[in-house]
Amino acid sequence: MREQKTPSSLAIWLGLADNSFTRQKTVKFGDESAVSSGRFYSILIVILLLSAWIITSVFGLIKPFYWPTIGGTGDRIIKLLSEGFRNVPLWEHVGISVYRVFAGVLSGALIGIPLGFSMGLSSVARGLFDPIVEFMRPIPPLALIPLIILWFGIDETAKIALLFLASLFIMTIAARSGVSSVRISKVHAAYSLGASKLQILRHVILPNALPEIFTGLRTSMGVCWGTVVAAELVAADKGVGSMIMIAKNFLQTDTVVIGIIIIGVIGYIIEMFMRFLERVFIPWKGKG
Amino acid sequence: MTGIIIDKISMVFTLPDGGDVHALNKVSLNIEPGQIVSVLGPSGCGKTTLLNILAGFLSPTDGEVRHNNQTVTGPGAERGMVFQQGALFEWLTVNDNIQFGPKMAGKPKAESVAKCEELLNIVGLAGFGEKPVYQLSGGMQQRVALARCLANDPDVILMDEPLGALDALTREKMQGLILKLWKETGKTIILITHSVEEALFLGERLIVMAPRPGRIVEDFSLPFPRQALTTNARDVKASPEFVAKREEVLSMIWEMEEEIMGGGIEVRGLSDA
Ligand SMILES: Nc1ncnc2c1ncn2[C@@H]1O[C@H](COP(=O)(O)OP(=O)(O)OP(=O)(O)O)[C@@H](O)[C@H]1O
Ligand SMILES: [Mg+2]
Repeated sequence: MREQKTPSSLAIWLGLADNSFTRQKTVKFGDESAVSSGRFYSILIVILLLSAWIITSVFGLIKPFYWPTIGGTGDRIIKLLSEGFRNVPLWEHVGISVYRVFAGVLSGALIGIPLGFSMGLSSVARGLFDPIVEFMRPIPPLALIPLIILWFGIDETAKIALLFLASLFIMTIAARSGVSSVRISKVHAAYSLGASKLQILRHVILPNALPEIFTGLRTSMGVCWGTVVAAELVAADKGVGSMIMIAKNFLQTDTVVIGIIIIGVIGYIIEMFMRFLERVFIPWKGKG
Repeated sequence: MTGIIIDKISMVFTLPDGGDVHALNKVSLNIEPGQIVSVLGPSGCGKTTLLNILAGFLSPTDGEVRHNNQTVTGPGAERGMVFQQGALFEWLTVNDNIQFGPKMAGKPKAESVAKCEELLNIVGLAGFGEKPVYQLSGGMQQRVALARCLANDPDVILMDEPLGALDALTREKMQGLILKLWKETGKTIILITHSVEEALFLGERLIVMAPRPGRIVEDFSLPFPRQALTTNARDVKASPEFVAKREEVLSMIWEMEEEIMGGGIEVRGLSDA
């Protein structure tokens, strides 16, 4: 046996050394699983970017109009947390945006799932709704904003109606493909076990479609999060999107940057939350 | 009980290009209650089509199937089905899969739980009840499928290559299990297989089918399943009688395959058009 110095677990964690599995591989280029996390370089780049920010802040190299100083941003965060933005607490700006997303996604799911199911189960429903769904599918929700404003004005209903539409077609298509992914032998098995049509729907088709419905919910959440921010940019007095838009009007670059960071972080949290729910509620996903 | 009467059934599939496939042509067969029947034949001879008609998933273009004097018009709990694989409900545990039929029928919970326990013991899965089915091996999954079918107490059990996806060793064990279940429950079993040995071993009656058009060409009466109830399975399969029969049936199937391939490779459907 060849003597080999085992690298420390820290080096492995940092991605500077191969783990015991990869170490034995002779072919590494082209084998994706042999590419380590490279965590050391991730840490490095974050430190570099932060230092660059600190240095430019300390020496005043960039005008705060273009990019805020680190100290200024810190002060602004404290101020936003304590006083809110334009007399509205920060959490309320964030909360209302999140609320709009959930309201839109849930209402879209409530209508979209039965719609998708009916399209997967009946030719009449398929014939009726297919042209509408196929027509609406490629239209970006943002293109609907002007029409929504004409119909509903700019109040809360308008925003939720927009998000409802954004989620509706995603959920319809997801539920429909969930139905068509049911393996026919499962349906046959259930009929042979004496199940009625309604029981097949409830005990075979629904659970079978759940993974796809969940993927639809996740996509919907992502799209709606993007759409709500954009909708708030256009017309709203509360919400993260409106916050950065109004901040821009007052040339508060630091608030704009903070808003953008919040948008990114919340989007990430929503995605993680959905993945968590998926692991808990549909552990059988992809195992049929 | 009068068993299953297959009365001159034909099945013609019309292809999108207008051609016809005669999957079954005037097939007739009487199956007595309690018989175990295996069905063998080259690929495409209509075995699955026949079984789907018996199960009630397809209705024949001509003729009819009667089960206990009732014309079969659709699937029903009195005719259970065991598929090759992938027909278990992966979102349910082993227990819930097995209790699916009784639950749909609204049977009392306590009764079906007791029955489920018993079946788990019979198929050798005691203690696995709470596992999700996707954590089981292929052989174990097929045992769950058998138990699920039996929990519903059907008159007839239809199986379409139930052991086709299993490795050779697991397969032999499962053959033993099927025989044991047949002996203990006295159910009528109709089983499709691609393995000549399996067909001989699991059929007190062996139906051999031929393609184009799909039809029955042989109907053997065989002693082997009953022998296997009292003697060791390997001894039955090694007996001169078994080996001779195996060679006979094998060469018959080979001949049919030769015939199919003999005229050059045909594209299915084009030749019929
Ligand atoms: N839905 C269908 N539409 C058109 N043709 C079909 C259909 N189902 C089966 N067939 C044709 O009917 C014939 C018999 O098919 P079947 O599946 O019953 O054969 P099989 O004996 O089960 O074959 P295998 O051993 O490969 O499973 C084949 O020629 C097949 O192509
Ligand atoms: Mg088949």
